Amino acid sequence: MPSLTLKERPPVPIEAESLSPDVVAPLSLDAVRALPVHLGKRQVRVDDFFTVEGPPGDTLEIRGDAGKVKWIGRGMTRGRVTITGDIGMHLGSGMKGGVIEVSGNASDWLGAEMSGGFIHVRGDVGGQVGAAFRGSVTGMTGGMIVIDGSAGLEVGMRMRRGLIAVGGQARDFAGLEMKGGTILLRGGAELRTGAWISRGTIISLKPIPLLPTFTYACAYNPTFLRLYARHLSALGVGLPFEEGDGSYLRYTGDSAVPGRGEILVWKPRAS
Amino acid sequence: MLRITGGKVHDPANGIDGVVKDICIADGRIVAEGDGGDRGSGTGTMGGRTIDARGMVVFPGGVDVHTHVAGAALNFARGITPENYRKAIRFTHAPDRRAGLGGITPTTFATGYLYAAMGWTTVNEAAVPILSARHTHEEMHDIPILDKASLVLMANNEIVLDLLEAGEVERARQVVAWLVWAAKAYGVKAVNPGGLVAWKSGKNASTLSAPVEGYRRVTPALIIAALAAIVDDLRLPHPLHLHCNNLGVPGNVATTIETMKTLEGRRAHLAHLQFHAYGGDDWPTLRSEAAALAAHFNTQKNLTADAGAIVFGEAMTITADGPWEHVLSKLTGRKWSNVDVENETGCGIVPYTYKERSLVNAVQWAAGLELLLLIDDPWRIFLTTDHPNGGTFWRYPELIRLLRDADYRRERVKKLPARARERMVLADLDRQYTLSEIAVITSAGPARALGLSRKGHLGPGADADLALYDENPAGGVMFQSPRYVIKGGEVVVEDGEIRAVTEGREFISRPAFDEGVADYLRPLFEKVYTIAFDNYPVEIERLAQPDIHACP
Repeated sequence: MPSLTLKERPPVPIEAESLSPDVVAPLSLDAVRALPVHLGKRQVRVDDFFTVEGPPGDTLEIRGDAGKVKWIGRGMTRGRVTITGDIGMHLGSGMKGGVIEVSGNASDWLGAEMSGGFIHVRGDVGGQVGAAFRGSVTGMTGGMIVIDGSAGLEVGMRMRRGLIAVGGQARDFAGLEMKGGTILLRGGAELRTGAWISRGTIISLKPIPLLPTFTYACAYNPTFLRLYARHLSALGVGLPFEEGDGSYLRYTGDSAVPGRGEILVWKPRAS
Repeated sequence: MLRITGGKVHDPANGIDGVVKDICIADGRIVAEGDGGDRGSGTGTMGGRTIDARGMVVFPGGVDVHTHVAGAALNFARGITPENYRKAIRFTHAPDRRAGLGGITPTTFATGYLYAAMGWTTVNEAAVPILSARHTHEEMHDIPILDKASLVLMANNEIVLDLLEAGEVERARQVVAWLVWAAKAYGVKAVNPGGLVAWKSGKNASTLSAPVEGYRRVTPALIIAALAAIVDDLRLPHPLHLHCNNLGVPGNVATTIETMKTLEGRRAHLAHLQFHAYGGDDWPTLRSEAAALAAHFNTQKNLTADAGAIVFGEAMTITADGPWEHVLSKLTGRKWSNVDVENETGCGIVPYTYKERSLVNAVQWAAGLELLLLIDDPWRIFLTTDHPNGGTFWRYPELIRLLRDADYRRERVKKLPARARERMVLADLDRQYTLSEIAVITSAGPARALGLSRKGHLGPGADADLALYDENPAGGVMFQSPRYVIKGGEVVVEDGEIRAVTEGREFISRPAFDEGVADYLRPLFEKVYTIAFDNYPVEIERLAQPDIHACP
């Protein structure tokens, strides 16, 4: 697999949308070295900033202090991208398939407007995970994003389908204007979660402040969560569902839109 | 000197229908064979480049009679839809070419490249408030290659309407003339007459004979009749360009026909007629009344119209018709902008998607094509999509294909919802446009309606604006991509690529008026407007290449 090691942290962001398995797979290493990336407004070659090694293939490895490298895996449909360390904005945005793994932190717009595939970030991420880009009507429409750490603003903004799981806390406006899909907030969230949600499910395992436009419905243990829990446990993401352990408080809203979304807040059984 | 040889020439204005003949060009104009040698520039028809046009048809460059390509409203629309640009075709900068983005509302430079790459060489920006005319001219200056004209909005200008209320028609004429020159416009546009004045009180003007909100005498009918008369009296080259009341509303065909009667035989151009051709009394009962409208229109020889056809897909509705855009925003739930232009006009903006499976959109799609097919004189109905309202201009080739191929049209009709198919007659129409008829509705007709005597034809003296299309292109569909486009005698497009970027001219009109009318306007203006009167008119020096029509 081609392994790219960043020689030094660039002074301005590098836009590297050519670095996706779809582009790299059929290329020789020399062709990968010659791929165009943008340093600011200037077009440069991949090997101006990266050392490229390893056999060709549709698995791409990125190493180094890549917090300023943007657009990796843009629109990718297959293959695998493994990132050792941090990575910059727009990772996997618009991706349709394949797998991206990040051992460090990722920045804003992770998996924005993606429609398929799987992204796993072991560290923290920035804002607008799986969101719609500014102006767009629809964000993520499929696929799955698992974040072990915390997330920034507007997680899943305008998402329509798919699943986002955040291990730590999410900041304000998680699920903003959400139209479908599922957001799992294992570490809770800051303010205004689910604002303008019209459909979809937000699950929080910690108590969260709710907008006054959400209405309490009931406490229950929905059956679909068993399926989700089984699916997520294979990825190391825990999701409680047994009645013996507690139940979910269901809140519907956002009645300001008005919407038919739901926020489920886990309430452990008093021991 | 340039010679185009071997192509089949379609020059309907000069009665030439697919005849193989040479076209000679010198000094940016078309010249007769053997002429042009004595102009002192060594550019006679002898020598110079020759384009072998065998297997191609030669058309006069396209003329868009009604489009929105520059100005404050369009810029606002660009601003609120960044998502469209992410999907748009990109023009990267090159030594002779500026960067830009295509898409639903292309940026200025890209607008010029895209029109030219389709074979169009002249466009008419159809809605300019005087207050943003300076901005509009700046943007038009940045649209390369094309020649431009613009129309100034007048039917909701409160100073004009106050004069009509007081019965001061002569002074109203003076004011209109002053305003046309102040805006450096080419002609006069009327949008939803009276409706935008009423919109400032949250109302509309849906009945032609009812007084406009805030007035006792002034009705939409009175505004239409008065402006049509003023435009004629001022000898403006293009007649009153009219966006009728009740655009887009089910059952509005009655208003449209009544508007034609109100004109009483005067010249007028009815804009985007498709949006005014509906029957029914609500959205579920909407149907195409294109047949009835066309039958009436065919008898009104004083009128021209453009189709305002729609194409399925993304569009951007931008119109001075603020109340309509409010309705549309409520219908769609999409983002909405309302812009108030002081005492002159209004503006609304809503992005829109025309869907094949939608009953309403399917009827609209059929109505536009039905009008083009049922209005029997191609010299009076022109190809537009009211860009970007019914779809973008760069999709005109799709409409041309539909007009030229009845079988293809029926195939497309079959895909529409059954309920929609009952409300149109499109599948029953057998007419197929000939190549020369296409040349009429895309070039010769609009040029004549605009009064641009050097456009839309290929006779000696005409501007050398031409588009050469493969007669049997590789893809099977004509007009998608011209082989050559020549603008002002320069080859600007070759095999679909921009080869040269030239600057276009701006056509403006200078109707006669008494200079003293400014003294009448100044106190009225300074009482209500937010800018100084002296900053209001656009200085002629602002226009890089004005081409002034003196209105003799």
